[in-house]
Amino acid sequence: MGLSAYLTLAAVVFCIGLFGTMTRRNTVGILLGIELMLNAVNINFVAFSRFSGTEIGMVFTLFAICITVAEVALGLAIVILLFRTRRSATADHIDWLRG
Amino acid sequence: MTLEIAAFWAFAVVLAGAGLAVVLSKNLFHSVLWLALALVSTAGVFLTLDAEFLAAVQVLLYAGGVVTVVVFAIVVTERLVGERLSHTSRRVAAGAIVSAALLVFLVRAVSSARIDMPKPALTADLTRQIGMSLLTRFALPFELLAVLLLVGLLAASYFARPEE
Repeated sequence: MGLSAYLTLAAVVFCIGLFGTMTRRNTVGILLGIELMLNAVNINFVAFSRFSGTEIGMVFTLFAICITVAEVALGLAIVILLFRTRRSATADHIDWLRG
Repeated sequence: MTLEIAAFWAFAVVLAGAGLAVVLSKNLFHSVLWLALALVSTAGVFLTLDAEFLAAVQVLLYAGGVVTVVVFAIVVTERLVGERLSHTSRRVAAGAIVSAALLVFLVRAVSSARIDMPKPALTADLTRQIGMSLLTRFALPFELLAVLLLVGLLAASYFARPEE
């Protein structure tokens, strides 16, 4: 398969994730959309790395995967904290900072 | 060569379908399970790119770790409120228009760029190369990543501490 096939697949997955992030009300649902988008970026990294013949993009993907895992753990900790204080996981209800 | 193309298309179709199911499913729990399928098929896409190590990391960390953590969080929060989490969407039409526009833009950019070069032959073991550069050229980011994971662990346990 050519490089553009991988880039197109990543673009499709990224746009699906963007759609989920924009339309979901639930904070966990939004996190799942962000996961899909990060995943698409990782596909791009690995594809460019393989087609350019260096391993640097794959090293970067390894870093990206680890950071994503930390991000998910923190995001879910915040979701649980929100649940304790607001009894809700809907992103629209999180408006403490509204002036 | 044909096996590789067939494998790519199979993984690509499963990945796109599972991704759509993640964002369209009415049940939050089902969404998470579809995400697990999407992440595993991404590992398959990595395999077609000869990145066996990354595929293993993807399955272990992402599909194993992330999905477990998300399921755990859903179970904990549903027990806290004692009801099922609502998992609806809003402004679906606007979201679909924006993502479709971005998709058209990206696909046009990809197809107009002349990047369809052949895949270069593997000169050495990619896993070995990744390990070498991780501990030589990228040793500092590698150590910083360890610090980041520690800070993330501490912060997550601080956020989720029992109420006083």
